[in-house]
Amino acid sequence: MTFGLQTAAYIAATVLFILALGGLSNQEKAKRAVWFGIIGMAIAVIATIAGPGVEVSPMLIGIIVTGALIGALVANRVEMTGMPQLVAALHSFVGLAAVFIGINSDMTAHDFPSSAAQVIHEVEVFLGVFIGAVTFTGSIIAYGKLAGKIGGKALILPGRHLWNIFLVGGSLILLVMYMNHAGSWTLYAMTILSLILGAHLVMAIGGADMPVVVSMLNSYSGWAAAATGFLLGNDLLIVTGALVGSSGAILSYIMCKAMNRQFVAVILGGWGDASGPAMEIDGEQVAIDVDGVASSLDDADSVVIVPGYGMAVAQAQQSVSELTRRLRAKGKLVRFAIHPVAGRLPGHMNVLLAEAKVPYDIVLEMDEINDDFANTDVVIVIGSNDIVNPAAQEDPNSPIAGMPVLEVWNARQVFVSKRGQGTGYSGIENPLFFKENTRMLYGDAKASLDELLKKIN
Amino acid sequence: MRIGSPKEVMPGEARVAMTPDSALQLQKLGHECFIETSAGMAARFSDQDYRDAGVTVLDNAAQLFERVDVVTKVRPPIESELDRLSPGQTLIGFFDPAGNEALLEKAKALKANVIAMEMVPRISRAQKMDALSSMANIAGYRAVIEAGNNFGRFFTGQITAAGKVPPAKVLVVGAGVAGLAAIGTAQSLGAIVRAFDVRPEVAEQIESMGAEFLFLDFDDSQDGAATGGYAAPSSPEFREKQLALFLGQASEVDIVITTALIPNREAPELWTKEMVEKMKPGSVIVDLAAEKGGNCKLTVADEKIVTENGVTIIGYTDFPSRMAAQASTLYSTNIRHMVADLTPEKDGQIHHNMDDDVIRSSTVTFNGEITFPPPPPKIQAIASKKVEKVPEKTPEEKAADETEAFAKAGRQQTKLLVIGAVLTALIGSVAPADFMQHFIVFVLAIFIGFQVIWGVAHSLHTPLMAITNAISGIIVLGALLQLNADGSTVVTVLAGIAVLIATVNIVGGFMVTRRMLQMFKKS
Repeated sequence: MTFGLQTAAYIAATVLFILALGGLSNQEKAKRAVWFGIIGMAIAVIATIAGPGVEVSPMLIGIIVTGALIGALVANRVEMTGMPQLVAALHSFVGLAAVFIGINSDMTAHDFPSSAAQVIHEVEVFLGVFIGAVTFTGSIIAYGKLAGKIGGKALILPGRHLWNIFLVGGSLILLVMYMNHAGSWTLYAMTILSLILGAHLVMAIGGADMPVVVSMLNSYSGWAAAATGFLLGNDLLIVTGALVGSSGAILSYIMCKAMNRQFVAVILGGWGDASGPAMEIDGEQVAIDVDGVASSLDDADSVVIVPGYGMAVAQAQQSVSELTRRLRAKGKLVRFAIHPVAGRLPGHMNVLLAEAKVPYDIVLEMDEINDDFANTDVVIVIGSNDIVNPAAQEDPNSPIAGMPVLEVWNARQVFVSKRGQGTGYSGIENPLFFKENTRMLYGDAKASLDELLKKIN
Repeated sequence: MRIGSPKEVMPGEARVAMTPDSALQLQKLGHECFIETSAGMAARFSDQDYRDAGVTVLDNAAQLFERVDVVTKVRPPIESELDRLSPGQTLIGFFDPAGNEALLEKAKALKANVIAMEMVPRISRAQKMDALSSMANIAGYRAVIEAGNNFGRFFTGQITAAGKVPPAKVLVVGAGVAGLAAIGTAQSLGAIVRAFDVRPEVAEQIESMGAEFLFLDFDDSQDGAATGGYAAPSSPEFREKQLALFLGQASEVDIVITTALIPNREAPELWTKEMVEKMKPGSVIVDLAAEKGGNCKLTVADEKIVTENGVTIIGYTDFPSRMAAQASTLYSTNIRHMVADLTPEKDGQIHHNMDDDVIRSSTVTFNGEITFPPPPPKIQAIASKKVEKVPEKTPEEKAADETEAFAKAGRQQTKLLVIGAVLTALIGSVAPADFMQHFIVFVLAIFIGFQVIWGVAHSLHTPLMAITNAISGIIVLGALLQLNADGSTVVTVLAGIAVLIATVNIVGGFMVTRRMLQMFKKS
């Protein structure tokens, strides 16, 4: 295949990738859009293999087939609740590949037309490896946290900001040395520093900030690909990397906005300090049993369900779906309210509900449903806490003050399915649980819902 | 203690203060129950029903008054009934203490304890004994039914093969318990309901029942919270405006239900003769205030009249009695709750606790003394809540705000563009042409990325991450190119690994995206 033809194929692939991303604007188009992506990728890979510089060997085919088999196996096996970990793990692969390609590029001999070209090449190698390494270890740690293999709590080392500064500064110094021909060891040393940096960054971020972390790593993996593209002078890599990078950046922005937090603050970990004493909460948490919930649901005309990470943990989405089906069969208006940061991945709840066959047109975003709570008879909160915390609006001293929340307390009656009386991820009390129209349904979400289903026929 | 109810002596009164159900509950409190024979007949409770509930049926009222410690009644007692009370005996029922001074004096002289049900204060705790409300609820409902009975058309609008029927227009004046009940009933029959009340804070309640609140713009509006939720007399200026409003409505509405009562006063005249004359023939007025003189002066208490211009005016005062079974059930429950509060230990012993707000307020004579009117209750009837109005922004201010925000966004954008241009120029001044070509592609791709990603549905964020993941596997191209580049074995091995994991990424990413998207189903 000639260079011209290959370039033409790359253009086709680029267009298809853009269409694939653009197609995700709605559920029906998306099903077609994913094929655009697959075809684009196939064109790109085949054109590269058929093009100059690549030899088709049995080994190459073996590697590709093996990789494809592993990928297919993983994709078919993964539980929808395990989606966050899978996404994180896949990010780490892109990071690792970028590191390898960068190091390879350093090892391969090059001739440069000018010194400027050489400087640029060296910066590209360094940048590619740096981003790749941070993405790699960051994703590994994120995977560990999401899969529950590492404790979800934020690990705060003393002087953590100094650590970060030291690691980044060290990498910069090594870059200068590398450009002054200090040798390849500077590249390897920097790789180690950036590997540590990636791990340290994500270790310091706690469970509920994971949506931001995962989308940030998504973004990084794109930038790593783009850096590799510069390194190899490959426009397709650059375009694709930039698309993915900006996509991840936007997702991170949306997540941060939904938590009313600065991106930098999330990335550097920990909650901001409260500026004053928290508001006193009067009243008590009143418990209720499933009979009470069932009779209330029986009288209700409109029901809104607010799922959170707790639903995913308890694997309660099937029971939720069944409850929805039965209530809808009785002619009740049942809808779902999804906060942008519910769960551990952007859109996590939507995927879980979709898996459990909840129709997507009754699953609404925060902005779409927030005004409707006042006209809602019953709200069922399943395993969410901070995203329904009225303190965000009522208590200016709260650490989550100003965060947009689902205003469930405006409904006539709120039921909260919750494991125990503990606080949420942010460690702050939730005044919702003490409100007069709130009743607590203690216990495992799935067990409670299954009990509830017995009472509703 | 022994509790008993005589048959009501007032002609036409069909209610009874004790039902078999309430008797069962009273017995659970440790009391013994008695009833005069055929006391419940008019409300369809036979003597046998009472016997089955463990109630002793007595032959006449005299026997009953002799045997029991507590007499429960509906209507205020007549003199002959009161004469039968003995010292220390308790009477629970409506008493009208404000309009019945002679009886009050007599009860005092007899040293009987009288609890007047209309004196139960309007606080949350006492709602279960609030007989005025439970009776008013029935009256409101029945008023609509009576109106419908005398109204020659449908309530609901219909389009039939035989022509179009407009919906009836109902005006409810006074949105107390009776008014709200009337609104709800008329509404559910399909009428267009409008309502008026002098207390602006009930607007919300009216609207919650589905009626339209006729708003009267007037500064001197009343704060109902200060008067225990009841209306107080209004100023002449207010009255004038109000009458003008009603005059405008008179020619439009088909049914008027007036429920305006001010405690311990004659009912205010709200529906004048002039308004009646303006109404269409066939219209109906139900005056629930007929007993206190009527909100319409043409009303004749206890009667239904038809005016010269064909307007029916219903002045019945016995609406609850017209639904005796229902009214008795609710009233006896109110009585039962009162007795329960008088029997705090549930041991059948009456403990007339004059320190209790509810009992103190409703007791009008106690131990040979008149205890009416009661001191103001310790708890405010309705929590007064003044919502401070946020000054609404004028259109000009809003426009100014928008312009300001727009200008700010513009400045921000300009700043970013300038910074971008400077950075690009800096890079361009040193970088070779080859790099700049790639750089153009890079920047454009970022722009396209931003434009495209903003359009992605929030619910598809997880599939978006999976598909971008798959696409970022494009890095496989770099590894492929290096696989055969001249270099050491290390290069080949590293490139091989990179190809492997990038392939995992591509295939895994696409497949999982497809799997997820297949799950999104429309209902």
